[in-house]
Amino acid sequence: MKNITYLVFGIVFGIVLTKAEVISWFRIQEMFRFQSFHMYGIIGSAIVVGAISILLLKKFNVKTINGESINFPKKPFNKAAIFGGILFGLGWALTGACPGPIFAIIGNGYGVFVITLFFALLGVWVYGLLQEKLPH
Amino acid sequence: MIEFIKEPWPWYVAGPLIGLMVPLLLVFGNKALGISSSLRHICAMCVPLDIKYFQYEWKNEKWNLAFVGGIIIGGMIAGHFMMGDGKVAISEETVSDLTALGIQDFSSYLPGDLFSWESLISLRGLIFMVFGGFLVGFGTRYANGCTSGHSISGLSNFQLGSLVATISFFVGGLVMTHLILPFIL
Repeated sequence: MKNITYLVFGIVFGIVLTKAEVISWFRIQEMFRFQSFHMYGIIGSAIVVGAISILLLKKFNVKTINGESINFPKKPFNKAAIFGGILFGLGWALTGACPGPIFAIIGNGYGVFVITLFFALLGVWVYGLLQEKLPH
Repeated sequence: MIEFIKEPWPWYVAGPLIGLMVPLLLVFGNKALGISSSLRHICAMCVPLDIKYFQYEWKNEKWNLAFVGGIIIGGMIAGHFMMGDGKVAISEETVSDLTALGIQDFSSYLPGDLFSWESLISLRGLIFMVFGGFLVGFGTRYANGCTSGHSISGLSNFQLGSLVATISFFVGGLVMTHLILPFIL
């Protein structure tokens, strides 16, 4: 039942991604060509709101609704962030979609994106297969 | 109100709503916003074989699968009930740049020239939909996160790894857009 909450959050997220045209290949092209503020405004204001929220949660030592201490997201630096990041960036400009939008695009009825999702899954699987051989 | 629902939403509405997902997920269940992990969970669920990367209790991560299931439903709801003409009001410069590269269909979110079942059998379609998808999956998991996990969630907590990852996403995107696309479009 708890997962219903996350389903609802996901629905809101999918609606926002669609209505703000984050799922549009054109918007991603426009972003990488520096021809509009739209995507930068979205990502930038999302970070500002997220950062202020996290500062407030820390300052007031807010607990989860179950009374646990919050685990704030940790992403330490490693070389994989560079290698993987560049590979993802190449794919982002091709598909016009990062993982969230891939799901939202399918929901919007672009059935062919099931193929893109399938190959994204294959990419993850191949990464898993090669993980120990890749530089990190 | 109806007009607001049908019109595309401006960045200052969408961005803060996306940002609010970060504290909501933390407070409701101690979960960090991140979508690309769901791809790992699906692999771990379906074809883990004896690969170490997929040996973990994916059942503990069902919330993440519920979240991406929600994103599909959210896309359906927005696409069916909240849609205007579906045309994306990108800048004139982008339209002329893309037209010069041979894109003709600007009628919806994605150019039908590139993303359709018919173009799947062309080399160009394979590069954009198949190879592109592969890079998105491989790259996000190699980088340990995507736009949501690194650029929104990680940067909101001032994580160095996320800053490096976000810059790298852009390096890859700029190289593809400016150096490679002119040759494959």
